[in-house]
Amino acid sequence: MKPQAITEKLGFTSLIVASLLVVLILFGILANIFYNGFSVLSWEFLSQSPRDGMTAGGILPAIVGTFLVSLITIIFAVPLGMFSAIYLNEYAHQGKLVRLIRLSIRNLSGVPSVVYGLFGVALFVRLFHFGASILSSGMTLGLLTLPWTITASEEALKTVPKSFRDGALALGATQWQAIRTNVLPYAIPGMLTGAILGLARAAGETAPILFTGAAFSIPSLPKSLFDQFMALPYHLYILATQHQDIQKVRPIAYGTALVLIALILCLNVVAITIRYRYRKKARMAK
Amino acid sequence: MFPLLSSTHPTNNIKITVRDLNFYYGPQKALENINLDIPSYQVTAFIGPSGCGKSTFLRCLNRMNETILDTRIEGTILLDGEDIYAPEVDVVDVRRRVGMVFQKSNPFPKTIFENVAYGLRINGMKDKRKIAETVERSLIDAAIWEEVKDRLYESAMGLSGGQQQRICIARALAIKPEVILMDEPASALDPLATKKIEDLIQKLKTEYTIVIVTHNMQQAARVSDVTAFFYLGKLIEVNETQTIFTKPQLKQTEEYITGRFG
Repeated sequence: MKPQAITEKLGFTSLIVASLLVVLILFGILANIFYNGFSVLSWEFLSQSPRDGMTAGGILPAIVGTFLVSLITIIFAVPLGMFSAIYLNEYAHQGKLVRLIRLSIRNLSGVPSVVYGLFGVALFVRLFHFGASILSSGMTLGLLTLPWTITASEEALKTVPKSFRDGALALGATQWQAIRTNVLPYAIPGMLTGAILGLARAAGETAPILFTGAAFSIPSLPKSLFDQFMALPYHLYILATQHQDIQKVRPIAYGTALVLIALILCLNVVAITIRYRYRKKARMAK
Repeated sequence: MFPLLSSTHPTNNIKITVRDLNFYYGPQKALENINLDIPSYQVTAFIGPSGCGKSTFLRCLNRMNETILDTRIEGTILLDGEDIYAPEVDVVDVRRRVGMVFQKSNPFPKTIFENVAYGLRINGMKDKRKIAETVERSLIDAAIWEEVKDRLYESAMGLSGGQQQRICIARALAIKPEVILMDEPASALDPLATKKIEDLIQKLKTEYTIVIVTHNMQQAARVSDVTAFFYLGKLIEVNETQTIFTKPQLKQTEEYITGRFG
C-alpha cells in the first residue's frame, strides 16, 4: 500500500472509532441504568410516596415536584427569552450595548449551576420572600436556561429570510406587525425547540433547587407553589449518597435515574419532533 | 443638471421630486447629488451598470433603505410636494403610498389569497367580502387571475417564478399605492414571463406612477417613457426614453447604451 493510503486509512479509522465511542458511552450509561433500575419500575413506584425511610414505596412526589418546577421554568424563561431575542435580533441598534448584552448572555451560560443556586437564594428566596419553594426553584432554573433560550431564539429568528420582513414592511406594515405576522410564525418552532432543550438540561439540575426549595423528604404532594418539594435529581442524590442504607436503596436510586432520564428523553423527542416538522415546512418555503 | 422634464414631457405633473440627494453606507458615499423629477402616470426606468446606485436610489423613494444598518441620507424627496423624510411623516404611510416589487420574487409562505390579502389585513380591513373583492381585483389587475383563480387557497410557493412575481405585484396593488417601485422585477424570469411583466407594466401606468430598475436596456426601451442613466452613484443623464436611446447627449450614456462598457 502507498504511504498516503495508509495515512488515509488510519485517519478514517480513528474518526470512526471516536464517533462510535460516543455512542458506546451513551448506550453504556443507558443500559446500566436500565438494567439496574428496570426491576423496581412498577405502577406502585410511579404512583406512591416513599415509605419506611425511602426503602419502599414510590417516587410520586419527586415526579410531581420536578414536573411543577419545570412548568414554572418554562412559564418564566420562555417568554423572557423570546422577548429578549426579538429585541436583540429585530429592534436593537447593533452597537456597543447589544454587544455587551450578547457577551453577558454567553458568559451567563458558563456560570456554574451552583452559583445560580446561591443567586436564587439571595433573589427569590430572600429578597422576593418566595421562601424555599417550587416558585423559587422554578425561577432559578429559568435563569439557568435563559442563555439557551435566548441564543436558540435568536438563531431561529435569523433563519427567517429578510425578504419576509422587507415584503411586509414594503406593504406598509409596522415593524411589530411584520415581526408578529411574518417572522414569528416561522421562528416560533425553532424558539420552542431551544427552550425545550434548555429545560431538559434544567430538569436534571440538582444544585440550584437544593438551595432554593427541594426537600429531603416530603411524603405528601405540594399544595401550593410556595411549598417545598421533592425532585427527581435531588432524590437520586440522596438515595445514592446520603441514605443510611445505601446498598438497600440502590435499586430505587437506579429506578429514579431511569424515570429522570425517560422524562428528559421525552422532552428531547418533543423538541426533535417540533424541529423536524419545522424543517419540512421551511424547506417548502424555499 | 436639471433634465427639464417638466417642459419637454407631455404631462406637467411631477409625482416625485428629488433634490440634492446624497446617500451613505457607513462612511461610503453611494449616491451623490441626485436631482430628478419623476412624472405621474409614466414609467421611469433607471439603468446603469451593477453597483451604480440605481437600486439604492429606488429604495430611497419608499424609505426601505432604513431597514439596512448604518445608512444615512441627505437631501429631500418630495411625494406630491411633501417631504417623505420629514420627522412628522410616518414611514408606514410612505410605504403604503409607494409600493415596491422586489428583484427576487418574495411571496410569503402563505396561500395565494393570504399573500394578496396581507396588506389589507395589516391595514386593518376586516370586512371579509371587501377583502375577497379586493384580492380578486388585484389578481385581475396583475394579469394572473386566470392562472390562479382555482387554486387561491394553495401555497404561493408552488407557483412558477413569473407567477410568483405577479402575485407580488398583485400584493402591492391591493393596498392601492400611488407609486410602484420595481427593482429588476424580471431579472430572474424567462423571456415569456418577462414579456408578461412588461405588458403588465404598460397596462398599470394608466393608474399608477411606475419606477423600474433594470439591467436590460432593451427592457428600458420597451417599457419606459423616461430613462435615467446612473453611473458610479451619480445620475448622468435623464430624458425621454426615445431621446436617450437615439440621441444621448453625453458620451458616457452613449457608450453604455451601445454596450461599450458596463
